[in-house]
Amino acid sequence: MATDRIVGIDLGTTNSLVAFMQGESPVVIPGDDGSNLVPSVVALDSNNQPVVGNAARNSLIDAPEHAVYSIKRLMGRGVEDIQEELKFFPFRLAEDLQAGEVLRIKLGDKTFTPPEISALILRQLKRNAERFFGAQVTKAVITVPAYFNDAQRQATKDAGRIAGLEVLRLVNEPTAASLAYGLDKKQNGIVAVYDLGGGTFDISILKLHDGIFEVIATNGDTHLGGDDIDNLLITIALDDLKGDTGFDLRQNAEAIQVIRKAVIEAKITLSTEPQTALDLELPGHRYQRIITREWFEKLIQPIIDRTVGPCKQALKDAGLKPEQIDEVVLVGGSTRIPKVRALVKELFHREPHTDLNPDEVVALGAAVQANILGGGSEATENMLLLDVTPLSLGIEVAGGVTDKIILRNSTIPASSTQFYTTQVDGQANVAIHVLQGERELAKDCRSLARFDLKGIPPMAAGMARIEVKFLIDANGILNVSAREQRSGKEAEIQVQPSYGLTDEQVEGMILDSFDSAEEDFRQRQVIEARNEASTILSALDKGKKSPAWGHLTTDEKKKIAKMEKALIAIKTEDDYQAIRKAIDALNQGTTRLAELMMDSAVSTALKGKTMDEVDMGEGPTAPHPMAKAEFE
Amino acid sequence: MTNLTTITAKPAPPETQSCWSCGTMRAVHFCEACGKVQPPAPADYFTFFCLPRKLNLDVAALDKDFYELSRKLHPDVNARTGGQEQEWSLQQTSLLNDAHRTLKDPIKRTQYLLQLEGVELEEQSKSATEQARSTGQIKKQIVPPDLLEEVFELNMQLEELRAQKKMGEDDPALIEEIGRQKLELEEKQEALLRELADLWKVWDGLIQREHNGQPVSEEERRQERDKMVDLLNRRNYIRNLVRDVSEVLEN
Repeated sequence: MATDRIVGIDLGTTNSLVAFMQGESPVVIPGDDGSNLVPSVVALDSNNQPVVGNAARNSLIDAPEHAVYSIKRLMGRGVEDIQEELKFFPFRLAEDLQAGEVLRIKLGDKTFTPPEISALILRQLKRNAERFFGAQVTKAVITVPAYFNDAQRQATKDAGRIAGLEVLRLVNEPTAASLAYGLDKKQNGIVAVYDLGGGTFDISILKLHDGIFEVIATNGDTHLGGDDIDNLLITIALDDLKGDTGFDLRQNAEAIQVIRKAVIEAKITLSTEPQTALDLELPGHRYQRIITREWFEKLIQPIIDRTVGPCKQALKDAGLKPEQIDEVVLVGGSTRIPKVRALVKELFHREPHTDLNPDEVVALGAAVQANILGGGSEATENMLLLDVTPLSLGIEVAGGVTDKIILRNSTIPASSTQFYTTQVDGQANVAIHVLQGERELAKDCRSLARFDLKGIPPMAAGMARIEVKFLIDANGILNVSAREQRSGKEAEIQVQPSYGLTDEQVEGMILDSFDSAEEDFRQRQVIEARNEASTILSALDKGKKSPAWGHLTTDEKKKIAKMEKALIAIKTEDDYQAIRKAIDALNQGTTRLAELMMDSAVSTALKGKTMDEVDMGEGPTAPHPMAKAEFE
Repeated sequence: MTNLTTITAKPAPPETQSCWSCGTMRAVHFCEACGKVQPPAPADYFTFFCLPRKLNLDVAALDKDFYELSRKLHPDVNARTGGQEQEWSLQQTSLLNDAHRTLKDPIKRTQYLLQLEGVELEEQSKSATEQARSTGQIKKQIVPPDLLEEVFELNMQLEELRAQKKMGEDDPALIEEIGRQKLELEEKQEALLRELADLWKVWDGLIQREHNGQPVSEEERRQERDKMVDLLNRRNYIRNLVRDVSEVLEN
C-alpha cells in the first residue's frame, strides 16, 4: 500500500463530500454515479440494508418512514433541545427515549443514534475514496461548523470512529474554506468567511499572514440554514392546500416530501430567474402557485437577517470595522441566493468573492488540512492553522452562576487551571459541572458534563487542594485532568457527558468489526478490479475492430495479445493486486492504439493517455468510472 | 507600547537540558538540532517567552515569537509523531497560547504579574458579583472616592431610564445625558491605561535595578504593587459601570 492517505471530509447537513490533495491542488472524489456531492440522506432498503446518498434520496418520497435527512441538526443534542426541530423535520424518535439520553431515530423498525447515521454517510465517503485510490482509507480530517459546541464535536468524532475512520482533526468549516481560498491566493490580509449552508451558519474572521491562517473571531448559529427556508415554503404550501381544499396534509409524510422536493427546486430556480411556478399532483388535489423572486425575498428576509447579529458580534470581538476586511468569501449553497449576497455586501461594504464553488470549498480545505497533517507538500509548506474556541467554557459556582474560565475566541489549544477544596471533614468527592456558552446563569448555558472527583484522601475541610486542568484541544474538544496537590494523588475523574455516547457505546457501534473489515475490503477490491478488467477488455475488443488496429506492427499486436491473455487468466483469481498489475500493463501496452484511434489532430493532445481513458472519455480524476461503491 | 525602556535584563531560559531525542543539544521548548518538541517544563508565562518580569513589553516582538514557536510546537506540525510527543505538543501549545493571550493584553499582563507577586486580586467580574448577590453576601465594591458623587448620579439616571423603558417610553434627553456620561467614563478608562503605563515604568525600573545588583526593598515593591492594584480596581469599577450603561442603553 502506498503512503497513508488522509482524506478531507465535509459532513454537511444536506450534502457530504470527500476530497484529497492530488499533487499540489485539492480535488473532490466523485461517487460511483459520477457526482461530487453525496446527499446526506440515509435509508433502509427492502432488505433492511442501509443505503446512502442519491439512492436513499428516492426513498424519501417512496418510503419516508425508512429514510432520514438533515441528521446533522441532531448531533450532540438531547430530546429537550430539539422540540423546535421536531415541528419541521420528520424525525421519528424512538418512543422509549429518556430525558438526557442520546437520541435514537427510527428507520423502519430499527433505531439509530445520530452519530450512527452520520457514520453511514461517512462510510459511503470512505468507500468512494477507497474505490478511487484502490487502497484502504483509514484516516480523515472532518469539518464541523465553527459554532459547534463540545457535544456536537464529540458526536462527530464518534461518528468517524463508528465508520472505521481515525479522525485526525476536526476543522471548522469556514476555516477550512479559508485554507482552500488562501492556497490559491497566497496573500496577506483580513478575510471574513460567511458560511450559510443547509442547516448551519458560521461567520469567521481570519488574519492571513505568511502562511499562517489565524482565526481572530468566530460566531454563528448551528440551527440556521437553507433548511429553514425550505420549511417556511412547505408551511405556506400546506396552509394554502388546507385553505383551498380543507385537506390537511401535515400528517402525510409522502406528500410533504413531494412538496419539499418541489420547493427546493423553486428556491434554486429563483436564484437565477425572476419567478417560478409550483405545479404538484398531490393526493386529491393539484397544487399550483407562482412564486416571484420579490415575494420570496420578502419571505426569507427574517431568516437571513438572523445572520446579521453573529456577523456584527464577530467584528466587535475581532475589534475590526467592516472597512478593515480585505476580502469576503462565501461558502455554503445558500449563499447562491442573490438576497444573501446583497446582505453580505451591505454588512462588509464590499463585493463578496464568488469564484469558488460554495458547495465544494469546505471539502477542498479539509483536504488541504489533511495534507498538512500528513507532513505537507510544496503547496502547503509553511501553512499553519491557528483556530479558536467559538464558545466560552465555564464552571458552575455557588448560586447557579457560570464562572467563565476560557473565553470565546481564545486560540486553541487553550487551558485553564482551577483549584478546588473540600467543604466538610473527610469529604472524598467533589462534583464539578462544566458549561459552555456566554450566558451568566448556568441554566442558560449548555451543560457539557458533570465531573466527579473521587478518592480524595481524608483531610480536614478546606485542607485538600485539588488542581483541575481544563484543556481544549486542537479539535475544540474539552479534556479534563485533576490532581490532589497535598497528597500528589491523581484524583479519579468520572465523566457523565450530558448528551454523548460513552466509549463502550461507540465501541459497540463500530460498523465493521475489525476482523471482518480487512476481508470486506479485500473482497470489494477484487470485485472492483474484475469490473475494471472487463471494461478495458471490452474496450480492446472495440479497438481491434477499428481501422487503427491495422496500423499496429505485428510485434505490437503480439505483445497486446499476450497481455490480454494474461489479464483474462488472472481475472478469475482472487488477487486484486495482480489483476491491477495486469490492467496497468495492458493499459500501457495499448497507449499507441488509443492514440491511433483518435483523430490525428486530437492524438497530439492526448499523448500519454491510456486505452482505458480514451475509450471512457473520462479525465484522470475518475480512473474507475464503472466500479460500484457498495458490495454487500 | 511605545517608549520602551531598554531591556537589558534577560533571565535564564526555563530549565534547559539535553534533547530527549538526539541528546546533543540544549533545548527549551523544542530542540534546535532535530526540531523535536520537548516535554513541557513548569514555567510562568514570562519565563516561557524568556522575558524578564517587566510590564512594558514589545507586543510586536511577542507576536513574532508566538508565531515562530507555533510553527514548531503546534499539534498540526507534530501530527505524525508518537503519542507521547503529541501529548507534549498539545501541552506546550496550550501553554504558548495561554501565555501569549495573557501577556499581549496590558490589563491581563498586569494582573498576571501581580498574581505572580502573590497579590490576590479582588474579583470584580459580573459573575462574581452575581454569585455574591445570590449567596446573600454583600459584594465589597470599593467605589473610588473621587467618583462617588458622579456614580451616585449616574445610577439614579440609569434607574429612571430602566423604569421608563419598562413603561415603553424613553426620554431622548435622558438617553443623551447618559450617553454623554458613558463617553466620559470611557475617556477615564483610557486615561487610566496611560497612568498604568507610568506605573509599569517605575516597576520595570525596580526590576532593572535588581538585575543590576542593587537591592530593592520589599517595602518598595509592595508600594508599587499596591498602586497597580488600586488602579486596576478603579479600572474594573469603571469598566463594569460602562457595561451596565451599555446594557441599559442597548435594551
